[in-house]
Amino acid sequence: MSTNILSLPSGIMPDAAEAAGNENLSPGYAPVTHNLIKIDNLEKTYAMGDVEVHALRGVSLNVICKEFVAIMGASGSGKSTFMNILGCLDKPTNGTYILDNINVGSFSRDELALIRNRKIGFVFQGFNLLSRTTALENVELPLFYNSTSTKLRKEKSIEALKKVGLGERIYHYPNQLSGGQQQRVAIARALVNDPSIVLADEPTGNLDSKTSIEVMEIFQKLNDQGITIILVTHEPDIALFAKRHIVFRDGKIKSDKINEVPNKASEELKTISSIEDEAEV
Amino acid sequence: MKELNIFLAAFRALQRNKLRSFLTMLGIIIGVGAVITMLAIGQGAEYSVKEQIASLGTNVLIIFPGSQLQGGLRVGAGSMTTLTQEDAQAIQTECPAVAYVSPDTRANGQVIAGNLNWATGIEGVGTDYLQIRQWDIQSGNFFTDQDVKAAAKVCVLGTTVADNLFPDSNPVGQTIRITNVPVKITGVLVQKGQNAMGQDQDDIILAPYTTVLDRLSRFPYLREIIVSATSSNDIDLAQKQITDLLRMRHKINSFNDDDFTIRNQSDLASAATSTSQILTILLASIASVSLLVGGIGIMNIMLVSVTERTREIGIRMSVGARGKDILTQFLIEALVLSLLGGVTGIIFGVAGSSIISSFAGWPTFITAFSIVLSFGFSILVGLFFGFYPARKASMLNPIDALRYE
Repeated sequence: MSTNILSLPSGIMPDAAEAAGNENLSPGYAPVTHNLIKIDNLEKTYAMGDVEVHALRGVSLNVICKEFVAIMGASGSGKSTFMNILGCLDKPTNGTYILDNINVGSFSRDELALIRNRKIGFVFQGFNLLSRTTALENVELPLFYNSTSTKLRKEKSIEALKKVGLGERIYHYPNQLSGGQQQRVAIARALVNDPSIVLADEPTGNLDSKTSIEVMEIFQKLNDQGITIILVTHEPDIALFAKRHIVFRDGKIKSDKINEVPNKASEELKTISSIEDEAEV
Repeated sequence: MKELNIFLAAFRALQRNKLRSFLTMLGIIIGVGAVITMLAIGQGAEYSVKEQIASLGTNVLIIFPGSQLQGGLRVGAGSMTTLTQEDAQAIQTECPAVAYVSPDTRANGQVIAGNLNWATGIEGVGTDYLQIRQWDIQSGNFFTDQDVKAAAKVCVLGTTVADNLFPDSNPVGQTIRITNVPVKITGVLVQKGQNAMGQDQDDIILAPYTTVLDRLSRFPYLREIIVSATSSNDIDLAQKQITDLLRMRHKINSFNDDDFTIRNQSDLASAATSTSQILTILLASIASVSLLVGGIGIMNIMLVSVTERTREIGIRMSVGARGKDILTQFLIEALVLSLLGGVTGIIFGVAGSSIISSFAGWPTFITAFSIVLSFGFSILVGLFFGFYPARKASMLNPIDALRYE
């Protein structure tokens, strides 16, 4: 069943339609029936020589459509391993992972690649753009792997770049862009395939505080438009922009709380710019 | 469309490291160029060997009287007198695979012209003789059928004889005395040089065979009949037709051996041709070693490239590239390298062989086969040596590739 959905690009369509239908419901933690991510008792064990390292020891989690989740935890708490599995870059040792009604736990490498292409958008700490390749070509990259026509590829990529406010810089190379702009190119790349979910792994780790807030503003805007975002961060003030906080410790979820009143990045930016204006005077 | 995109992407990736890509291609360029040049030289040599053998007369058959296989008493070939002028006539008219026929008889004698003299061989032949031996007259004329019929006292001189008897004057029209018979010179032959045995082929006088039989020879029988087949492929057919005809004419029943022997030079020709073919193969295989080395160069650079671009591979995988996509990408990069190198190599090879033939004066021959062979081989080399690095790239774990520094 699941493989049928994979082989037919149109198989993606019912999900998209469903997501569109849900748009008028209250976002995030409201009681929505559609579980985007269903994770049950996930375990991951690495063999380091003779020693077995238990990176994840039974994680269960549901994420519904249009949530904005921040995952926190000290290094070694298992949050990176969890993100890798969530992003279909890695396979769990045990447990089930159902993404968008597809059980991806048993998928082969190629099938996982297809899931990454169709359903997941990645944003990394180090941007991970192809150097010596224009912003536009970087954004086009995911479409390159699903036989999108050249014309449509360009249209969609320009649209995604406009969404993150880089419509003017599509032919710039990464080394001609600031860190914040590079990260926005990366976000555009994550969005270009209309993914079910955007996974951001420390997206503000390499950015200064103002640029970080700018990036968070984009995430909040995207979330308002109905895109589900899962964010890994170790900065508490960045996590405050998310609607749900999950804390990892020792390969388990230590706490899972809803952030009733998330900070508004756009408002903070206004405050910062007014302070800057005063400083200039 | 997608294929074109992949090619363009590979092309761009190679463009980013222009010098490195060029140096990698250089291995293939030299390899392909060397293979084409060596094949051209080898085939040129083969061609000139064939030419030389053809000038000896590959399609020539020589019929001797007598058999080496006569039961009981063995008589030296040529000592019999069974071949007649009528046999020669019959071969001419009744064997379709035969182009030219010339009876042949020989006499030796002292030749005197004025106060000079020279000892040489006098060959009595028919008017077809020059066609059979692929020979020509440089001045004057060859004798005619009329001269043959009339046993006229005419002859043509080989250049050696002409130089010795007439060092300062034109021999055509003058008269020489061959064993006291005055003979008029009608022409001088073109210089032919030494034969395969080192004999001077120009130390000869050609006269009508009737003249030699009637007036000059002490052994007035045909020594042999020289025949040329219509082509070198028809030699066996001509030999069979002549054998059948002569057996019938000589009334030899099926229990008895032939009273004649037919020899041809195709064995010599095939030996010489196969020698030059071996030379060609040898040259080409030495050259293909450099193509192989070029292939190893491609593999080396592709391996470096895979390591260098591990992070790129990781990024591509994270946005949905399958192992297959990565494999194709790197394989096509290797293929583009070898393809471009192959095309450039063909240009260099063609240029190189024409330079060699104009400077060293060797004949070179570029065939479509050698171009297709070396180009196809270079593509195979690209695929073969590109596969391992490409596979290595495609097997990378996306997480490790992404974290690679």
